[in-house]
Amino acid sequence: MKSLKNNQLYRLTIAQFLETVREPEVLFWGMLFPVLISIGLGLAFTQTAESKFHVMLVGKNQTELDSLLHIYAHQTESKGKTIYTWKITDETLGNTEFNFVRSEWEPAIVSLKRGEADVIVADSLGKAVYHFDPHNSQAQLVYMKLSSLMKSPASIADTGQTAIKPLTLKGVRYIDFLIPGLIAFGVMGSIMWGVSYTIIERRSQKLLRRMVATPMKKSNFLIALMFVRILMNVVEALILLFFAWLIFDIQIQGNIGALIVLFLAGNLAFTGIGVLISCRTSKTEVGTGWINAVQMPMMLLSGIFFSYHNFPEWSLGVIKVLPLTALADGIRSIFNEGAGWMEILSPSIALSLLGIICFVAGMRLFKWY
Amino acid sequence: MLQIAVNNVFKSFKDVKAVRGISLAIEPGKFVAILGPNGAGKTTLVEMMEGLRKPDSGEIIIQGKTWQKQEKELRKIIGLSLQETRFSEKLTVYETLILFAGFFELGDERVNEVIGLTGLESKQKSPVGTLSGGQRQRLALAVALLNHPQVLFLDEPTTGLDPHSRLDLWNILKALKDQGETTLILTTHYMEEAESLCDYIIIIDEGKILKEGKLEDLLDENARNLDELFISLTGKTLKDNQTVLL
Repeated sequence: MKSLKNNQLYRLTIAQFLETVREPEVLFWGMLFPVLISIGLGLAFTQTAESKFHVMLVGKNQTELDSLLHIYAHQTESKGKTIYTWKITDETLGNTEFNFVRSEWEPAIVSLKRGEADVIVADSLGKAVYHFDPHNSQAQLVYMKLSSLMKSPASIADTGQTAIKPLTLKGVRYIDFLIPGLIAFGVMGSIMWGVSYTIIERRSQKLLRRMVATPMKKSNFLIALMFVRILMNVVEALILLFFAWLIFDIQIQGNIGALIVLFLAGNLAFTGIGVLISCRTSKTEVGTGWINAVQMPMMLLSGIFFSYHNFPEWSLGVIKVLPLTALADGIRSIFNEGAGWMEILSPSIALSLLGIICFVAGMRLFKWY
Repeated sequence: MLQIAVNNVFKSFKDVKAVRGISLAIEPGKFVAILGPNGAGKTTLVEMMEGLRKPDSGEIIIQGKTWQKQEKELRKIIGLSLQETRFSEKLTVYETLILFAGFFELGDERVNEVIGLTGLESKQKSPVGTLSGGQRQRLALAVALLNHPQVLFLDEPTTGLDPHSRLDLWNILKALKDQGETTLILTTHYMEEAESLCDYIIIIDEGKILKEGKLEDLLDENARNLDELFISLTGKTLKDNQTVLL
């Protein structure tokens, strides 16, 4: 019987594993970075934050706003400017703080351009007139809050009168949305760089050429590369999941078996894409371009950090068929909606098929040297 | 039986005719130098013999086998060192050798033998990235020797090395020659290398053989060394391809 230790697939797998774990960047970007980003974004979006808005007051005449500021705002001096601070406490929605600064028109516009101010309030015959970009949602929010506040300052300051019931269900927090997306994103990034870039780099170093000048089976090289990368992806996902559970109490509500199948289908899809885009070139610059061309659109469109439903209606059909969208949506449905085998069947088949088609096409075009 | 027979081989790349009708016959156990300046077609010729490039026309036979029909068998009996292979910098010398040994289903024992043969004992735990140029060439040679190759191809193995490292490598190859089990095809543009190591010398330029034979048969009163011979054949020096005024 042949010794396992002398088996070329075993040797290739061990060598590939050693090369991967000896790359400090792999450990940082693959393991530490996703944990840090999830902690950072998770904390930023789960704590009840205090909203701060900045408003420039333009005009010499007194408006109704000025009289309210005299009653509710606290006046301070900073860098030669008078700042009126109006705080509205709200235990449910978080506190809001408006900072008003009186200014001339030109400096107010400059402040708006620099993002130092959200809205300019000018006077027109004693009435407040709001100047802001209507496409800027932050400015819109300031306008709505401020105009509402001016109509009835007392009622807004006390939201206890309105009926707001904060949702405390599992799976509705931003972090519940983010973690499955980060797992899917990690799979894509890790394979694009770990498989595609590795193949291109070895081709450029003429190492592939040296290897195929031996009795090495070409398929063994690719199997070892894929196996090690998928193994690393499992470890990376488990680390991320562990921290997400520890810090944010993330739970998987659906079927774990279905999650594993979908995860592997995602790995297969991106491995196929990775082999296809790295099948010819021996220039790492060209390879980097291809990797970015595949990754960037999906990173922006597939709803990793924020929902893709904010994109125009016509684009949603295309976005939903992107492999990263299918993977992220599938993982999310298992994590947050309790999805099982039936729900992940079609995305898993679609991802696997995509991977196999790309892999076969890649192998047909593959240049070993 | 001839170890290697090359019959009227041609190879072009777009407009460049790299090899133009070369034929040669190499007997077993011989050390053969293919000598020529940069761009002479040495590497293209050797890569066709190594089965890494297909000739446009002509035939290459190694031990009666061809690359088209018996690639698997030929891969097992040849060893080679390419001009610019960069082994993975994250693996150690030992790990690199054990990886390549795995391709031939060989184990630790042979790896330790070639480490001893190439004098890499003190470096076996060092990452490839920390090796000097000479040590890297010795590693490339160690990889090429793993499978006890019957035919060994070395493509400019000492280019860019300092004189001391070059001498080290020559000594390893001389020891291999003394064993008499390996046929060596060596490309070089160093005259001393060809003179010191090889029994048979093939001088090529612009894809053609200019002259071939044993060293003593090639030299005479007009050409006392290979440098002078090359100048008399081409009007150029070998190392930097410069024209010489005769």
